[in-house]
Amino acid sequence: MSTIFTLSILQSALELGCIYALIAIALYISFTLLNIADLSTDGCFTLGCAVGAMVTMAGHPILAFFMAMGAGVCSGFITAFLQTKMGVQSILAGIIVNTGLYTINLAVMGFSSNVNLFNCDTLFSMAKQVSENEVYRSWYELGIAAAIVLLVSLILGWFLNTSLGLSIRATGDNAHMVKASSINPGRMITVGLCISGSLTALSGAILGQYQKSCDINFGTGQVTIALASLIIGNTLIRRGGMLKRILGVVLGSCLYRFIVAVALRLNLPAEAVKLVSAVIVAVAISFPCLREKAGFAKKRMEMRRKVAGEIRTGE
Amino acid sequence: MLSIKNISKTFHPGTVNEKTALRQVSLEMKSGDFATIVGSNGAGKSTLFNAITGAFYVDEGQIFLGGEDITFQKEHLRSKNIGHLFQDPLLGTAPHMTIEENMALAYMRVSGRHSPFGRISKKDKELFREKLALLDMGLEDRMKSPVGLLSGGQRQALTLLMATVVTPKILLLDEHTAALDPATAEKVMKLTKDIVAERKITCLMVTHNMHQALETGNRTLMMNDGQIILDIAGRERENMTVETLLDQFRRQAGEQLDNDRILLSR
Repeated sequence: MSTIFTLSILQSALELGCIYALIAIALYISFTLLNIADLSTDGCFTLGCAVGAMVTMAGHPILAFFMAMGAGVCSGFITAFLQTKMGVQSILAGIIVNTGLYTINLAVMGFSSNVNLFNCDTLFSMAKQVSENEVYRSWYELGIAAAIVLLVSLILGWFLNTSLGLSIRATGDNAHMVKASSINPGRMITVGLCISGSLTALSGAILGQYQKSCDINFGTGQVTIALASLIIGNTLIRRGGMLKRILGVVLGSCLYRFIVAVALRLNLPAEAVKLVSAVIVAVAISFPCLREKAGFAKKRMEMRRKVAGEIRTGE
Repeated sequence: MLSIKNISKTFHPGTVNEKTALRQVSLEMKSGDFATIVGSNGAGKSTLFNAITGAFYVDEGQIFLGGEDITFQKEHLRSKNIGHLFQDPLLGTAPHMTIEENMALAYMRVSGRHSPFGRISKKDKELFREKLALLDMGLEDRMKSPVGLLSGGQRQALTLLMATVVTPKILLLDEHTAALDPATAEKVMKLTKDIVAERKITCLMVTHNMHQALETGNRTLMMNDGQIILDIAGRERENMTVETLLDQFRRQAGEQLDNDRILLSR
C-alpha cells in the first residue's frame, strides 16, 4: 500500500484539489444555489487561463489573477444576459457562450493553441525565491493554493449571508417567492453568474501559472469534474452554514483528485485518465441515490423476514 | 388605497384558446377596507390579483396603489408594497433557507434600512423572534431550521408574517387557508384577522366559503366571467345570508350556479 499512498501523491492531489476547488465553488453558486446548469464553465476556465497567461507574460503575475477574474465576469455576464434578457434557455446560453469562447480564447493567446510561461515570473516562482528552506520549498505551492481558496471561501461565506447573498440563494430556491418579495430575479442571476464566472476564470489563471503553460484544451471536461467534486462535497457535508458547505466542496475537490491519483497508480496507462474520471464522476453523482435505494432494500428485506417469521410462528 | 379603473385582460388573443379573463373591472378600496371575493373557478379572481401584483400587464385600464400609477411598473418593484399569499403554502417561502433567513429576506429589502451587503443584526433577530412568537407555533425557537421542515400550516403562517413584517399597502390573500386542515386553517385565519385589524391593512381575500365571505372583513365582492357582479358593504351586507348571497349570484350571473365547491360550502 505504501507505494500507492505516497506523500507526494497526497501533496499534488491537495494542490490540484485546491486550485480546481474554485470551479467547484463556482458551480456551487450556479448549480446548487441558483439552480442553473451553466455549461460555459469549460470555456470560461480556459479564458481565465489564457488571459492570466498573457498578462503574466507581459510581466504582471499578480495583476493576471484580477484580469482573469474580470474576463470571467464578462463571460458570466453574457451567459446571464442571454438567459435573463434574451429568453435563451439556461443550458443553451451556456453552450452558446462556451462555443464562442473557443475562438475568443484562441484570439487571446494570439491564435496559437499553446502558450508557455517558462521564462516568466509567476506567483509560484516569486514565492519560491522567498526561502531556501527545504520544507518551505516542498510545501509553498500547496500553501499558496490553499491560502487563495481559503480567502475565497471566507469572502463567499460572508457574502452569501448578506442581504444580496440571501437574495441570490432565494432566487434559486423559490423563484415565485422572490418575485413577490421585491427582488429582481434577473439581476440576482446576473450577479450570481458573474461571481461564478470570475471564480472559474481565477482557477484557470492559477492553474496556468502552476503548470507554466496554457493550452486551448485545458478546459475540456472541467464542468463534469467540478460537478463531481461538488457532489462529493455535498454528500460529505449535508448541513451547516454557508462557509461549512463551501469548505465541504473544497474537501470534495481534494478527495476527487486523490481518488484519480490513486486510481492511476494502479498501473493504469495515462490514457485511461478520462475514463477513470468519468467512472468516478458517475459513481459520485449516483452515490446519494444508491444509498437511498440500499436503505430501502434493507428495510424491505427486514419486513419480509419479519412477516415470514410471523407466518411460521402462526402455523 | 387601491384604485382599479376599467382594466381588461385577454389571454392568447387571436387563437382558439382566447380567453377574456377580466372585462372592464373597476374597484375602489379605501384605506383599511377588508373585502372578501367569491366567485366560481375561472371567474377572474386570481387574474385580478395577478393584474395587481404585475405578473402580467393589463390590456387596458389603469391601476393605482396609494395614489401612484403602477399600471406598467415591474412586478418586483410593485411587490415592495404588496403582500401576496397563495393557496399553495410552498410558494411563499424558500425551503432550503432557515426561518431566520426567510424573515430577513422579507424584512431587509422592503424596510429599506439595509445595504446590499448588510447582514442580519442582533436587533433584527430580536424583532423576528418577537414576531414569530406571536404565531404561537414555537417557531421562535427554531430560527435556524430550514423552512422545508415545517408543516404546510406553519409555512403559511410564516408567509403571512413575512408578507406583513413591513406593513404592505395592500394584502392579497388567494384562498390562503384552502389547502390546510380545518383546525390549522382556522388558526391561520384568526392570525390573518388579528394582523389585518391591528395594523389596519387594506386587504382583498378570495374564499370559497360563503360564511367566511360574509363574516370576514367589511365588504363582499362577487366575480363572474371577468367582472365584479356584486359589491356589498354595511347594512346591505349585514342583512345578507348565505342563501340570499347564492340567490343573488344566480340572478346577477343570469345562469344556473353549477359550481360544486360553492354549493358544498353552504
